[in-house]
Amino acid sequence: MEIGLNHYLILSTILFAIGLVGVMRRKNLLLLFFATEILLNSVNIAFAAISHYYGDLTGQMFAFFVIAIAASEVAVGLGLLIVWFKRHGNIDLDSMTSMRG
Amino acid sequence: MFEAIAFYLFAFLTIAMFYITVTTKQALYALTALAAGMIFISAFFFILGADFLGAIQIIVYTGAVMALYAFGMMFFDTTRDVKEKQGNKFIIVGLSTLAAILIVVIVAAPMLSENVIALYPVVEGVGNTQEVGLVLFTKYLIPFEVAAVMLLVAMIAGIVLAGKKMDLSLTMMSGAEIEEANEQKNKKVLS
Repeated sequence: MEIGLNHYLILSTILFAIGLVGVMRRKNLLLLFFATEILLNSVNIAFAAISHYYGDLTGQMFAFFVIAIAASEVAVGLGLLIVWFKRHGNIDLDSMTSMRG
Repeated sequence: MFEAIAFYLFAFLTIAMFYITVTTKQALYALTALAAGMIFISAFFFILGADFLGAIQIIVYTGAVMALYAFGMMFFDTTRDVKEKQGNKFIIVGLSTLAAILIVVIVAAPMLSENVIALYPVVEGVGNTQEVGLVLFTKYLIPFEVAAVMLLVAMIAGIVLAGKKMDLSLTMMSGAEIEEANEQKNKKVLS
């Protein structure tokens, strides 16, 4: 059985759905970050698969930039998280109500 | 044949690992499962012929990002069970499925229109790393440098946010000032 582009897109969809479920049900901010990593990775699979099946390298380029953005997001997000934990002693999403969101 | 076996094996493993990441109550289990899932994802890149991307995936995600999370988790209380939001499960699952289908439609719509042209086609006779270098340092040089500046900004932001006592510099102070600072610290500990 030949593996086509649709297989990879379906896999990417499943992983994206798992990540979205994680984003919606997680209350701990650290585990919320894990879920966003899943989202970015599922999109990377779709980029690499399209790049392979169309013989175009643009998909791989965008996957590189997505990885760079994910790395910088982790650095800044974790720094903010540490500051918040030092001040308040927890990283629950429900306790962050200072902006009345 | 082997490609199909590898695809289904790694697809099953990746989905299982990310499912554990999303549903487990222990933060350490989530971290470990996420690291394993990242390595399994790099297997897809190797199957697809994007060798350089697979190596970068392993180095950046399991090497840098996971290590950063592991260091960050030292600051938090990770032994406690994670509490979950008590929301309507049907709304969550329905919204996720809808959003995922939307993403696939967005990605697949230009392909179905059958006028996709390879702007930077694969060069014959060279490896994947050389191809990536050729395209990245000619067509995508400006985005590459902007990404480098963004990583620098993120690094400085991480140091400033997580660092403590950044207004004091041990290398710029004289010996007397350092001793004074140490005495103040000792006073604080004793009182």
